[in-house]
Amino acid sequence: MGLRSDIRKVLVIGSGPIIIGQAAEFDYAGAQACRALKQEGLDVVLINSNPATIMTDKAMADKIYIEPLTLDVVKRVIEIEKPDSVLSTLGGQTGLTLSMQLAAEGFLESHNVKLLGADPETIHKAEDRQAFKDTMEKIGEPCIPSKVVETVEGAVDFAGEIGYPVIVRPAFTLGGTGGGIANNEEELRDISTNGLRLSPITQVLIEKCISGWKEIEFEVIRDRKGNVITVCSMENFDPVGVHTGDSIVIAPAVTLSDREYQMLRTASLNIISELKVEGGCNCQFALHPESMEYAVIEVNPRVSRSSALASKATGYPIAKVATKIAIGYTLDEIINQVTGKTYACFEPALDYVVIKFPKWAFDKFVYAKRTLGTQMKATGEVMAIGTSFEQAMMKAVRSTELGVDSMNMPKYEKMPVDELLTRLKNGVEDERSFQVYAALKKGVSVAELHEITMIDEWFLEKLRNLVELEEWLAEGDLTEEKYRTAKQYGYPDKTIERISGKKCPLHQNAVYKMVDTCAGEFKAETPYFYSTYDEENEAEQFIARRNSGKKKVIVFGSGPIRIGQGIEFDYCSVHCVWTLKELGYEAVICNNNPETVSTDFDTGDRLYFDPLTPEDVDNIIATEQPYGVVVQFGGQTAIKLTRHLADSGVRILGTSADNIDAAEDRERFDELLEQCGIPRPEGFTVMTTAEAVKVADQLGYPVLLRPSYVLGGQNMIIAHSEQDVVEYMDIITSHMIENPVLIDKYMMGTEVEVDAICDGKDFLIPGIMEHIERAGVHSGDSISIYPAQNLSQKVRDTIVEYTRRLSLALDVVGLVNIQYVVYRGEVYVIEVNPRSSRTVPYISKVTGIPMVDIATKVMFGATLKELGYESGLYPEGNYVAVKVPVFSFEKLQDVDTMLGPEMKSTGECLGIGRTFEDALLKGLVAAGYDLKREGGVLISVRDSEKREMIRIADKFSRMGFELYATSGTASYLNKNMIATNTVRKISEGSPNTLDLLESGKIHYMISTSAKGRMPARDSVRMRRKSVERSICSLTAVDTANALANVLRSGRSMDDVELVDITKI
Amino acid sequence: MALIKDGRPAYLVLADGQVFTGRSFGAVGTVIGEVVFTTGMTGYQETLTDPSYYGQIVTQTFPLIGNYGVNSEDFESAQSYVSGYIVREWCNAPSNFRCEDTIDSFLKAHHIIGLYNIDTRRLTRTLREAGVMNGAITTEKPDVETLLPQIRAYAIRDAVAHVTGTELRTYAPAETKYRVVLFDFGYKRYIRQSLVDRGCEVLVVPANTTADEVKALHPDGIMLSNGPGDPSENTEIISNLQEIAKLGIPIFGICLGHQLMALSQGARTEKLKYGHRGANQPVIDLASGKTYVTSQNHGYAVVGDSLPPEIGEVSHSNANDRTCEGVRYKSCNAFTVQFHPEAHGGPLDTAYLFDAFTARMDEFKKEAE
Repeated sequence: MGLRSDIRKVLVIGSGPIIIGQAAEFDYAGAQACRALKQEGLDVVLINSNPATIMTDKAMADKIYIEPLTLDVVKRVIEIEKPDSVLSTLGGQTGLTLSMQLAAEGFLESHNVKLLGADPETIHKAEDRQAFKDTMEKIGEPCIPSKVVETVEGAVDFAGEIGYPVIVRPAFTLGGTGGGIANNEEELRDISTNGLRLSPITQVLIEKCISGWKEIEFEVIRDRKGNVITVCSMENFDPVGVHTGDSIVIAPAVTLSDREYQMLRTASLNIISELKVEGGCNCQFALHPESMEYAVIEVNPRVSRSSALASKATGYPIAKVATKIAIGYTLDEIINQVTGKTYACFEPALDYVVIKFPKWAFDKFVYAKRTLGTQMKATGEVMAIGTSFEQAMMKAVRSTELGVDSMNMPKYEKMPVDELLTRLKNGVEDERSFQVYAALKKGVSVAELHEITMIDEWFLEKLRNLVELEEWLAEGDLTEEKYRTAKQYGYPDKTIERISGKKCPLHQNAVYKMVDTCAGEFKAETPYFYSTYDEENEAEQFIARRNSGKKKVIVFGSGPIRIGQGIEFDYCSVHCVWTLKELGYEAVICNNNPETVSTDFDTGDRLYFDPLTPEDVDNIIATEQPYGVVVQFGGQTAIKLTRHLADSGVRILGTSADNIDAAEDRERFDELLEQCGIPRPEGFTVMTTAEAVKVADQLGYPVLLRPSYVLGGQNMIIAHSEQDVVEYMDIITSHMIENPVLIDKYMMGTEVEVDAICDGKDFLIPGIMEHIERAGVHSGDSISIYPAQNLSQKVRDTIVEYTRRLSLALDVVGLVNIQYVVYRGEVYVIEVNPRSSRTVPYISKVTGIPMVDIATKVMFGATLKELGYESGLYPEGNYVAVKVPVFSFEKLQDVDTMLGPEMKSTGECLGIGRTFEDALLKGLVAAGYDLKREGGVLISVRDSEKREMIRIADKFSRMGFELYATSGTASYLNKNMIATNTVRKISEGSPNTLDLLESGKIHYMISTSAKGRMPARDSVRMRRKSVERSICSLTAVDTANALANVLRSGRSMDDVELVDITKI
Repeated sequence: MALIKDGRPAYLVLADGQVFTGRSFGAVGTVIGEVVFTTGMTGYQETLTDPSYYGQIVTQTFPLIGNYGVNSEDFESAQSYVSGYIVREWCNAPSNFRCEDTIDSFLKAHHIIGLYNIDTRRLTRTLREAGVMNGAITTEKPDVETLLPQIRAYAIRDAVAHVTGTELRTYAPAETKYRVVLFDFGYKRYIRQSLVDRGCEVLVVPANTTADEVKALHPDGIMLSNGPGDPSENTEIISNLQEIAKLGIPIFGICLGHQLMALSQGARTEKLKYGHRGANQPVIDLASGKTYVTSQNHGYAVVGDSLPPEIGEVSHSNANDRTCEGVRYKSCNAFTVQFHPEAHGGPLDTAYLFDAFTARMDEFKKEAE
C-alpha cells in the first residue's frame, strides 16, 4: 500500500480569488496539500490566479502558474508541464468543476493524466440534484421533498404541489449564489429566474422549506480500503434557513443525545461509503427539533470551509489527510501528527467547545440587505475555543472586531423591546445574536425567543446565563468570587469594570490548554493552545519542557477576512514566521481566523488561537515572556495593538509605536510632511455644514470628505458640488455632532503606490505600481500595474526620493506602504502606512524580492546592504503584472457597484505578461470578465465625464459594438459624431435601460453617474441589474478605457504566453 | 450561571494527595472509588447506567454534560453503578424533545455524589500520567489525613456479584428465530436489544449459571456480557465457562465476557494503565485489515500473546496501543471482542458482529438438524 507508484508529478488546481463563499480556507487546504505532496517527493505544479496566497509561493510548489482558472488555460498548463495526475478536491468548487470538465471532455484520459481525489461518478452523484436524490433514496437516507426544474414554470408547478414556502437552490453555484426562500409565487418567479441564469447547467432545485429544523454537519473521511471516520460534528446556532457560512456554528454538536448523534453519524458514513469518496466530505443534515426525523441537505465531496473549521476545531488536518489518501495512502497508514504515535484512523475527542462566528461586510455596505438566507454573505469568520459555550461566545464576539466586548450592542440596548421583537420576527439579520441578547436582557423569555427565532433553547439559555452574570456583577460589591466567575465566562477586566461600575478586586491571568485531538487521553506535543481560566497552564509547561534556549517572538495575525483586510496579511504573517524560524527564533503566532495558513498548528513554533485584544494578548505575553513582538504584518488588527503593547513595555520589533502613531495621527503626519518638504493635497478640518461649504469653495471642487475618526475609507465620499457637501454633512452631523470632518482637495490624478523596505538607513523599493483608475477609487479596488507605465523619469525620481525621506523620517524598520497621487506632473502624498500592505505578496512574487523575509531580517538588525540590496528602486523585470480586483456583488443585494473611496472588492487576481495589454487581458479574464467582442454597450455617465467618454465610446464603436445611452449622454455622443441609440431612463417608462439590460443585447455597461448609494436611485438600479444579468459593468472611465484597449489589441488568451513565476 | 453562584463546595481527594476544589451536584456525602475518565462527547446517560462502571468515579473529559437532560429511553440498566461523577459543567436547562429530567435530579435520585467546576483536563492528565488512581469525592471540607488511608485501601471487589441479576428473565422478540442465553455480568441493555432486534429470544441468566443449567435451556447461542471489575477475580465463572465452551454452542463475548472467556481458555489478563473509555477507539479487524471506530469501557485487557495458538487467535487489535481487542477461538465455537458493538453510547459501526453471531447460530442449528 502507501504511495501509488504511478504518480510522479501532480497538478494542483487552486480556488482563485477570494470571493464570498470561497475564501482563505482553500489557501489553507491547498498549502497543506502541496506540502503533503512535496513530503512524498512528488513534483508539484500549481495553478491559481490568486497572488495573495501562500500556496502560490515558491516554497510550496515546483512550478507555479498564477494564471486565469479557465478550462483552456488549465489544458495548456497540462500540455506544457505534462503532469501524470491532477488533484481536484483541494481547490474548492472552482478546482473541482474544472477537473470534472477536463475529465468529462476526455482531455485527462487523452493526455494520460489521472484524476486524484475525486471520481467523476462520485461528484456527479453528489452534485447533480437528481442523481443525489436517487443515490440517497437507494441507501434509505431521507431527503427533503424537492424537484429539479429547468424552467420557471416547472418551479411554480412543483411549488404548487408541495406548498410554500420553498427554497430555490441553483445547481453548481458557489455558496448558494442565486438561491433564496420564496414565500409565494411572485417571489418564486423572481428567484428562480435569477437562479436558472446563474446555474451553469440552468438547473435549480425547488425544495420544501424546512426552516427551523436543527442544522447539523459532519466532516467525514474515507479511504480506498473503505475505512470511514467522522472528524467532527457541528451544530448551527441558527437553524435551517440561514446558510451555514452565515451561521454561528458550535463544535461539537451540543443539543443532540447520543441516539441522535449516532443516527446522523451513521448516516454520514453510509453516504460517504455509497458515494465512494476517497478523501474528505462534508454532510449537512436537518434534524427535526421534536422528533428523530431528519433529512440530508447537502453533501460536498471535497474539502470546504467547514473542513477547515473542523481541522482547526479538532487539530485533525483534514486537507493533509485527504491529500495522502488521494495519492494512495489509507487512514491506518497515516500517523496522527498531534500525538506522533496514534494513526489518522480515529475520531478526535474534544474537551472544549468551539464557536465559529461569521464576519460580514455590512459596515462597508451600509445599504446592503442585511437579511440572511440561503445565500452566503459573510466574507470571513473567526473561531473561538473555550471550556464553556459562554466563554467561547465572548471570545468570538471580541475576535470579530465589531467594536463590542460582550454581547451588548449599544444600538439594541437602546431599542424598545417591541421594536426588537419586530426586527427578530421580520427575518434573520447578521446581528441577530445581539438582538436576541438585548431582548433577553429586557426580560423577554427564552420560550418566546425560541418561538420567534427557532434558535434552540439550549443556546438561548446559555445567553441568558450571561445576562444573569451581568446582573449579578452590577449588583452589590464586585467580590473576588464574582470576578473569578466572570473571568471563567470570558469577560475581560475592562468589561467587568464597565458592567459592574467598580474596580476589579484583583487581576487573574488566563492559562492555556492544548488542542490535542484526544481530550488528554494521550500525551501530545501539539504546540496549539487556547486560553481559559483554570488551574493548569499547559503552555507554560510546554515552553519549560522545550527549553530551546531560543528567543521567542510573537507575530500577531490579522483576524477575520474582511473587505480591506484579506488573505494578503496572512501571507505576510506566515512568511514572517518562516523567516523567524530561519533566523533561529521561536516564532509564536496569535490569530483567530480558522481559514488561514497562519493558524495551521505546524506553521509556527506555537499557535495561540485567541482574540487579538489588549487583555487577550497581555495574557499570551505573560505566559510566553517574548523577546519582542511583530505587529506590522497583521494589518490594522495587529497595528491597533501597538500603542497598548508599547505602553506595557513590550518590545515592538521594527518601526516603533511612536512612529506608527506619527503616520496615523493627522496633525503629526502633517508636521512630518512639512518637515520633509513633501506636499499633500490641501485639506482642512471642519465641524459644521457652513464651514464645510466655505472650505470646499476655497479648495475648489471636487473635494474628498470623511469623518476624522475612521480609517480605511469608511464613509468617505467625493463631492462634486455644494449640494453633495450639504447632503453629506447633514448625514454626518445628524449622527455624530462631536466628530470633525476632514475635507481635502480631491486631485483627479494618477494614483501610484509603493511598498518599500527600510533598515533605518537604506531603503529598497521593489517596484512602483500605478493604478489604472485615477485617485478617488480606493487603491484596493483599482487595477494596479507593475511596473508603472505612464510616469516620467522625473516623477519616478521624485517618488523614490519622497519614499526615502518618509522612510527615514518615520525611522521605518521593516515595511512601509506609501500612496501617492500624481497631479499635473506634481507628486503628492496621500497616505503612509508603516506596515505590510495588500500589495506585498503580489509585488514579492512578480519582482522575486521576498519582501517579508527581508523586512523581518531587517527588524533583527540585518542591513539591506548585507542582504545584497542596493538602496533605491530595484531594476524593473521583463514582465508586466496587473492586479485586478474581484468583487462579490452578486452575493450582496442592493449594494451599489460604483467604485469610490470606500473599498468593495473581496479579492484579487494577477495577470502577468510581456506587455501591458497581455497582462491586463489575463487579469481581466482571471477576474471573470467575459471579454465579448461584439454586442451592445450601454453608456450613462455624469456630465463631467462626458467629454472623456467620446474617446472611449469611439473605440467601442469602431470595434463594431452597438452603443446605447440615456438621452443626455446619447445626444452628447451623437453631437460628437458617434452613433448612439437613445434609451429611456427608468423614470421615463418602459422600454427603458432596465429592459434593455434585461434583453440580453448589452454586454458592457459604463455607468459613472454616482450620487449616493441609495438602492432606489436609477444608476444604482441599473448597476444592480447588470450584476444580476452578469453584464460586465464598468464604473470608472479609466477601467472602461483600459478594457477597450485590451479588446482593441485583438489578442485573446490563446495568444499569450503562460508564465511559470518560479522562473522570474 | 445559577450553577456557579449557588453551587456548594465539593472536593476530590486523590490517592496521591492532590485535592481539587469544585462544587457539588447530585447527592451529598463522601464516596471513595477508582477515578477514571471517559472521552465520549455524547452518551453520558448511557455511561451513568453502564454497570461496568461499578465502583468507579467517572470523569467526563467533555466539559458540557447534561445538555440534553435525561430521558427514560436511553438507560443501559435500571440503576447507576458509578460511585461518583465528575464534570466540568453540568447543564441545568437541558434542551431536547425527549428530555424528562436534569442530570442533577438523576444523580440525586440515584444517590450519586457529583462534583463539577474543576479543571477536568488537569485531572485527566494526572490519571493519564500516573494511571488510574483511587480517590474520594466529598461535600464536606476534606480531612485529607483521615481520608487518604481509606482511599488508598480501597479496591473494587466482587464487582460482578453486585451487578448481576439473580434470576432468569426472558425477553421475546416479535418473531423468534434464535434462543440466546445472555450471561449477566452487569449487561448493558443494548446488548439484549441488539439480540432481540435480530429475532433472538433472550434468556438473561445470573453470572454464575453453570454449563448444565445452560444446556437445560437449549440455547442456539450464548452471549457473554460486559461487566465491571478485575476479570481474574471471577474464578467460579471462569471454571463454569470452561465447561460451557465444551457444549459446542456458539458463544459471543463482549468486554468482560471477552476477558472471562480468554481466562477460561488459558490466557492472561492485565490491568491497563488508564484503560480505554470513550467512543473513538480505533480497532483493526485483522482479517479484513479494516479499522473501525468503537465504543469502549474497560480497565483490563486480554494479553494477546498469552493465548495459546492452538486455542485461538487475536482477531482484533487496538490501532493506538496494539492491545488485544478480540479473539477468534479454535478450541471452541466462540468469538469475543473487547469493545462494544452494541454501542449506546458510541458508534454503531461494529454492529455487524451481532450478525456474525446469528450466522454462527444458523450454522449451529443447521448442524443440529
